[in-house]
Amino acid sequence: MTASNNDRFDSVQDDALVEIRDVVFGYGARPVLQGINLTARRGQVVAIMGSSGCGKTTLLRLIGGQVRATQGTVRVAGESLGELDAEGLYRLRRRMGMLFQFGALFTDITVFDNVAYPLREHTDLAEETIRDLVLMKLNAVGLTGAADLMPSALSGGMARRVALARAIALDPMLVMYDEPFAGLDPISLGVTGNLIRRLTDTLGLTSLVVTHDVQESLKIVDYVYFVSAGVIVAEGTAAEILASDLPYVHQFVHGEADGPVPFHYQAPAYAEDLGLRSSRA
Amino acid sequence: MLRRAIENLGSRTIDGVWRIGFAARFFVAVLLHSGTAFRRFGLTIREMYFSGVLSLIIILVSGLFVGMVLGLQGYETLQTYGSEEALGILVALSLVRELGPVVAALLFASRAGSAITAEIGLMKATEQLTAMEMMAVNPIARVIAPRFWAGVISMPFLAALFSAMGIFGGYLVGVQLIGVDEGAFWSQMQSAVDFEEDILNGIIKSVVFGVAITAIALFEGYDAPPTAEGVSGATTRTVVTSSLAVLALDFVLTAFMFRGV
Amino acid sequence: MSKTVLDLWVGLFVIAGIAALLFLALKVGSMTAVNVGNSYEVVARFDNIGGLKPRAPVKSAGVVVGRVASIQFDNETYEAAVTLRIDKRYQFPKDTSAAIMTSGLLGEQYIGLEAGGDDKMLKDRDRIFLTQSAVVLENLIGHLIYGKAQEGAPQ
Repeated sequence: MTASNNDRFDSVQDDALVEIRDVVFGYGARPVLQGINLTARRGQVVAIMGSSGCGKTTLLRLIGGQVRATQGTVRVAGESLGELDAEGLYRLRRRMGMLFQFGALFTDITVFDNVAYPLREHTDLAEETIRDLVLMKLNAVGLTGAADLMPSALSGGMARRVALARAIALDPMLVMYDEPFAGLDPISLGVTGNLIRRLTDTLGLTSLVVTHDVQESLKIVDYVYFVSAGVIVAEGTAAEILASDLPYVHQFVHGEADGPVPFHYQAPAYAEDLGLRSSRA
Repeated sequence: MLRRAIENLGSRTIDGVWRIGFAARFFVAVLLHSGTAFRRFGLTIREMYFSGVLSLIIILVSGLFVGMVLGLQGYETLQTYGSEEALGILVALSLVRELGPVVAALLFASRAGSAITAEIGLMKATEQLTAMEMMAVNPIARVIAPRFWAGVISMPFLAALFSAMGIFGGYLVGVQLIGVDEGAFWSQMQSAVDFEEDILNGIIKSVVFGVAITAIALFEGYDAPPTAEGVSGATTRTVVTSSLAVLALDFVLTAFMFRGV
Repeated sequence: MSKTVLDLWVGLFVIAGIAALLFLALKVGSMTAVNVGNSYEVVARFDNIGGLKPRAPVKSAGVVVGRVASIQFDNETYEAAVTLRIDKRYQFPKDTSAAIMTSGLLGEQYIGLEAGGDDKMLKDRDRIFLTQSAVVLENLIGHLIYGKAQEGAPQ
């Protein structure tokens, strides 16, 4: 690789598609995110990891514009989501795809119609063109054979692949995955992981993966952010994370039962709860 | 203890007012985003199949039986006064003014209203509505509004079919079975039933009921907690709330229409 | 279900609904309502109109020829002034009499017109002079009860 090539590569890499700066967010009085900084560059697969309920999904909702940050800015493709009106938001969303945890396929229409849905809603393409495009997307996830099935006839892994085909139907610049690995068997797990990497590389997407599956996601991601209690506690490439000796990251990566995240949910002392030391007795 | 009770009352009131406000905003949003429901009328037609056509059987059969019962009971009562000929009036007026719109609306609420709530609630619970929003498709315009207008359009047809079927049932029992004079049955009915006063008011009633039922059903579904219990609770609430709304609205409308308040 | 089958069903549903509405309008309620353009109004004064209401039918020989347009109380003569709207197709002599009748014992009240023998016909805004008030049911029932009471009284 020549120097000039390398430079150009770097400049593309520098191009941040998603930029989150000092974002604070809470549902009512309950704070969820407390000062998040995060960047996803074009062409990268970025993972956001953390234990359940730490605010990962909320981050995706912020990027998708479903909720607005209390403080700080969220920028996608240079546009600040806090300043967009409903129309601008919809315009931006047409260039985003989102894969929901259980696929969120429309249960009353076939797999084919599900993938065709965004095309029919947003384009005036002829039915033959739509057919070609849909079959192409289904082919990318290896499910052309399932085109005429109803979503209820699909397994969990297949449903998620169909949902992925639907998410990339409009050739988005950004695809967000909400727990793409949850509840999958090992084979589907590998298939889904591979798909995410392959689609990101071949379609020139940027992928944001929210997950708590360390082993599978570390195989495919470029960069990882660790979220705990609403702040980013660690970040780095997959290799850096695996080598990290931060107690939280270590506990998370190796799945230890006790550590900085305690086994016990905060509670009064067990003995007291049983009434052994209670004054009421 | 008392303080707890007052606090409880306070929080319930706040919740209730908040929900009413949310419901009102929802209703306005549905009206504002109704363009799609008419521009792409196919969407509305599809929903008319589910709320209108699928309610037909229960509406027609119930209408027939209600009319037959009216025929029997009405005859029993009227013959004590020797005015069996008025059977046509009795059957027609009770159906066209009250029973047609009200009973058809109650059946519609339990047949179509509950189905709408369950469907929307499940779409919400399985994130289909959010998915739609993330695809830059407004679920209010694409999912809610067509169902709303389909219900509003279907309801008067269902009520008219119920009344027509009921009058036919009354005719079967009164004229064919008991032997009330056929000519008297129809002519008395025709001279007593006024188009504007009775039939048009009945149609207006059924349109109002259609609006109330579908709006309640859609709101309950849209507002349902995204869990299995949440959706089933919302379905029950739809039937209870919309039935009560129909009866209460019927009283108000009747007071305005027939008493000329 | 394919889209065309669905469309067909909805189409049938709408046709059935409209047919039901037409049935109600034409067969159940007589849409032959007298409209303003083709009718004329006459006034009849009654001492007592009983339970007569606006829009009650006006019949002659049992045929509906018009409707009661309005009922007013005349504070000078202490009479009820009833405006009848009669279809232009039906013309009545000037000395026609109007009576308030009841269909059946407890039925609805209507106005019965009995044609007279005059050569001149009633015109718009004319007045019917010969009227017969409503039979007041309370009086009738009073008679009945009185009679019954006498009958059943211990001898």
